[in-house]
Amino acid sequence: MPEKTKTDNLEKSTKRRRHKREQSVRATISNVIMCGPITVWSVLFILVPVGFLVFMSFMTKGPLGRIVYKFTLDNYKEMTKPVYFSVVSESLVIAFWTTLITVLMGYPMGVAMAKMKKKTSGLVTIALMLPLWVSGLVILYSFVIMLNTSGTINSFLLRIGLLSKPLQLLYNRFAVIIGMVYMFLPFAVLPMYSSIEKLDPALIEASKDLGAKPVTTFFRVQLPLTSPGIFAAVILTFIPCIGYYMVSDMLGGGQSMLVGNLIFRQFTISRNWPFGAALSVVLAVIILVMVKIYTKLGGSLDDLAA
Amino acid sequence: MKEKKPEEKVRGRGLRIVSRIYLAVVLILLYAPVAVMIKYSFNKSRANVTWQSFTTKWYVKLFSDGELWHVFLTTLLVSVIATLLGTVIGTMGAVGMRKARFPGSKLITNSIYFPIVIPEIVLAVALLLLFNLQGISLGLPTIIIGNTTLVLPYVYITVKARLVGMDPSIEEASLDLGADRLYTFLHITMPAIWPGVMAGAFMSFSLVLDELIMTSFLADAATVTLPIKVFSMLKKGINPEINALTTIILLAAFLMVVVYLAADEMRNRRLKKMDAEQVRLNETD
Repeated sequence: MPEKTKTDNLEKSTKRRRHKREQSVRATISNVIMCGPITVWSVLFILVPVGFLVFMSFMTKGPLGRIVYKFTLDNYKEMTKPVYFSVVSESLVIAFWTTLITVLMGYPMGVAMAKMKKKTSGLVTIALMLPLWVSGLVILYSFVIMLNTSGTINSFLLRIGLLSKPLQLLYNRFAVIIGMVYMFLPFAVLPMYSSIEKLDPALIEASKDLGAKPVTTFFRVQLPLTSPGIFAAVILTFIPCIGYYMVSDMLGGGQSMLVGNLIFRQFTISRNWPFGAALSVVLAVIILVMVKIYTKLGGSLDDLAA
Repeated sequence: MKEKKPEEKVRGRGLRIVSRIYLAVVLILLYAPVAVMIKYSFNKSRANVTWQSFTTKWYVKLFSDGELWHVFLTTLLVSVIATLLGTVIGTMGAVGMRKARFPGSKLITNSIYFPIVIPEIVLAVALLLLFNLQGISLGLPTIIIGNTTLVLPYVYITVKARLVGMDPSIEEASLDLGADRLYTFLHITMPAIWPGVMAGAFMSFSLVLDELIMTSFLADAATVTLPIKVFSMLKKGINPEINALTTIILLAAFLMVVVYLAADEMRNRRLKKMDAEQVRLNETD
């Protein structure tokens, strides 16, 4: 009965088509449910605010901190003044030294952790993060206790006779860099550790077997292969360092004004929102250029939350 | 595998020992300020900079200080809600955005990374402008929105990392075998990405707990969290009561970690025992 098979087939194919259409409708619905919240959230609380920020950076400052909605480039021109230039250069100097010290200190820690059993390195990770989970700020205040002229370190050095009068350790660039390194070192170690841990030991072995000295092996094999971790550590230290105004407030004693402090000031004491917005835009652009270089060099943004 | 030369073996062991000693030294240095913080919670002097004599009065005072408890509870409330919101939205987003292509989807996936990539202060300022220009008054809801935005990328990235390591054919198999999408998500996808979800939630919670920049831009005068309280005290010196509270929180966090590790250890042991049992049964067969 060919006739029957034909209709049967026809029925089957329409059924299948309907089923397929139903499936695709379902897929769309589930996609909307899954992607909807994050899309709406990103648009409302990331993209739109950034738009407002750029808009505000072109507005005029009125009397008494009011905002006059008139287009101007003055906020950007203002930044070329030497005062602000020195703030930017101070921020970059502090961020540079903090990043350098953090990476140099953190990389060997990553090496040590990579040589451990998985369980032990997990414990070390927890030990690294535990103080910061609680309150970095309160712990940072300990540096005031330790570094002041009658503090722990100075009185110790005086007692053993290494010093005749106390050193000024607090309220300078040195103290700010120490505080910054303290805050960012634990975060920087993790991506370096994970890239060192992923490194195939056979490659190191091969380099040694082929007659390379340990130093050569380190610089020509290990370092290039673990560079994604180092890049991630640099990004994770350098970026927050520039915006983090608390450390310089607490340990710098107003001696070192950073970009973060300057922006914070525009929204509190100075009440100059348009200028604060313009500073934020410039800061964001500088950082985004750096991040672009990072991804061009082969870094992945996904490495930043190891 | 080739036998290592004896001197190489010695050098490898030497390197391991040196690197471990170095790690131990750095850890001790990292904990020195913590020790000082705990020590000064027992300091008699209110000026928290010089050591006077031992007292436990700050702990006693802490428990009768209604204001500080209120601050602590506010901090906890913000942390819990922001973590929940961030984790749910971030997880669903990571699963959904994996395959979804719609106009602007590239812009959205890029913008999710924004809070991690640009300094916090920039996003805080941007959100402040949004709320201000829209006439939304600052308070608990704005703080929660800001902190949720901040932690969203962390959850998104950790969950995404788990999804990359997952075989997509398992989900397809589930759908082909007649399970609907919700069932597949809950029973197939979720168990596979669960460690990532937990890691993201954990990271979020600890970030918000100590979050100052975002919160100080988006809070009104009446809403005070612990970091804001601490920061406002800096000019006069931090009250030892704060040290006492921080010591208690640190202790609680430490105990939580210990309990978690102990539970993990017990589970591992049980699994090992079951394995051994299985092997024995197989052998008797």
